[in-house]
Amino acid sequence: MLDIAGLSASYGEAHVLNDVSLTVKPGEVVTLVGRNGAGKTTLLRAVMGLHRDIEGSISFAGRRIERLSPNARARAGIGWVPDDRGIYASLTVAENLTLPPVVHESAWSTEKIYEAFPVLALRRSSMGTQLSGGEQQMLAIARVLRMGSRLLLLDEPSEGLAPVIVQRIAEIIREITTHDIAVLLIEQNVKFATTVADRHYLLAQGRIVETLDNASFQAREPELLKHLGI
Amino acid sequence: MTRVVHPRTFGSDLNMTAFIQYTVQGLAAGGFYALAALGLAIIFGALGVVNFAHGSAYMLGAVLSAVLLTTLNVHFWAALVIVPLLMFAFGILIERLLVRWLLRLDVLYNFLLTFGLSLVLVDVVKNLYGVSGLPYEQPAGLQGLIHVGGVTLPKYQLFVFVFSVLVCVIVWVLLTRTRAGMIVRAATEDPDRARALGINVSRWITPVFGFGIAVAALSGVLAAPFRAITATMGTNFVIILFAIVVIGGLGSILGAVVAGFLVGLVEAYGQAYAGTFAQIAIFILMVIVILVRPAGLFGRRDAA
Ligand SMILES: Nc1ncnc2c1ncn2[C@@H]1O[C@H](COP(=O)(O)OP(=O)(O)O)[C@@H](O)[C@H]1O
Ligand SMILES: [Mg+2]
Repeated sequence: MLDIAGLSASYGEAHVLNDVSLTVKPGEVVTLVGRNGAGKTTLLRAVMGLHRDIEGSISFAGRRIERLSPNARARAGIGWVPDDRGIYASLTVAENLTLPPVVHESAWSTEKIYEAFPVLALRRSSMGTQLSGGEQQMLAIARVLRMGSRLLLLDEPSEGLAPVIVQRIAEIIREITTHDIAVLLIEQNVKFATTVADRHYLLAQGRIVETLDNASFQAREPELLKHLGI
Repeated sequence: MTRVVHPRTFGSDLNMTAFIQYTVQGLAAGGFYALAALGLAIIFGALGVVNFAHGSAYMLGAVLSAVLLTTLNVHFWAALVIVPLLMFAFGILIERLLVRWLLRLDVLYNFLLTFGLSLVLVDVVKNLYGVSGLPYEQPAGLQGLIHVGGVTLPKYQLFVFVFSVLVCVIVWVLLTRTRAGMIVRAATEDPDRARALGINVSRWITPVFGFGIAVAALSGVLAAPFRAITATMGTNFVIILFAIVVIGGLGSILGAVVAGFLVGLVEAYGQAYAGTFAQIAIFILMVIVILVRPAGLFGRRDAA
């Protein structure tokens, strides 16, 4: 569903990603693991079209998308949950949820969203930033489910959240991947990553240094984490 | 029986009457400011453009009303609709032809562009219609005075106040209760994020610019029967608009409206009780607000 080949990204003179290639297939959860500053967020922003200082190719659903605008990519089925959650302060919870267009018939209805996230239903007329961090994270995930995005880019969704909520998010990720939705997940929380992921890409100094399935990752976990410096 | 009026009581009644008259005068002036500042705030929020030509949009609103009246006999009530529509189209043209190309650059570029544009517009109007004011009569039905609870007030000033409040309320409802308004609010707060959520922000920018220009022109139409219609009427006006937007809080639409009426009042009381001090009073108000609340009355701290 997502095919990145030979991707390099820079901020002016500073090269952040170097010849990165990765794929995410439908129904697959793939993580990108690496220490702070490795370039994980930059990679997601490049896929979304918000970081344009790049070389290499990005294909989504068999189509090259490097030249598409961010809104065209979102409409094609890419959903982004940014590291700061990206909830609008001047919009209510309900408005935050219904702001983006529905892009696929598999999109969750607002009823289904409110059933899955009762706390959002309760707070639907609160302003976005009156929510707690965990509630904002759920709203950000709920928002891409309501759009019906086929590929979810999740930037550290478990960060700063209570274990119950992290578990809830893991359940949701497992449920949606049974419907052929693909997930590219950035995670520092290795326990969470290994409970949901099928494969892992290890990123260091802007390069992919290893690609592993979940079983081999778990087997070599301490060694790998030491190597990455996490 | 002769009624004896105590001089002191009589005096304070007179003061009260005058005070109410100044208040209404201030609220009418505030109506012009509120509408124009609303447009300025919306343009700044959605495009990040400090539109120096906003005073010219106000001026063109008044000049067009006068010209349409003398040439085509378009009356005030029709002008209230036609002039903003014409200026909406003019705003769209300006955005498409000029402003759009500088949006990716530093804000200074569009500030200079719109500053240059305002100089051109003022000179074009001077060349066409001279420097003396164009005539405009108060519309029938709004001339003269009205007696409200023992106070005599100019009908037209009351009308301006009520009408501008009504327009502000309508804009507020559009912004908070419609899907278009929701998208404009989101694009104002964070355009990149809106793009990543599938919103075609550039498609919304042009009409928002046109809309901001149209409300400034509407303010000019309202000013036509009330103020001297000259090519330079927008020049001081736009400086006061900037003060208003700062007082209300950059990026706050509600703040711009409230500060617009506040400044109208300060100006009217200043003229009544402090003479030439009136204009300075507005900027003293601005300095006090900035010192006490750097983000403005309604500005968010993080937005400052
Ligand atoms: N806007 C920016 N301008 C310049 N450098 C940046 C910018 N954003 C991130 N960087 C740099 O790019 C590198 C990768 O950042 P990022 O993608 O956020 O890493 P990660 O998400 O893996 O922590 C870091 O060294 C960071 O300092
Ligand atoms: Mg990051």
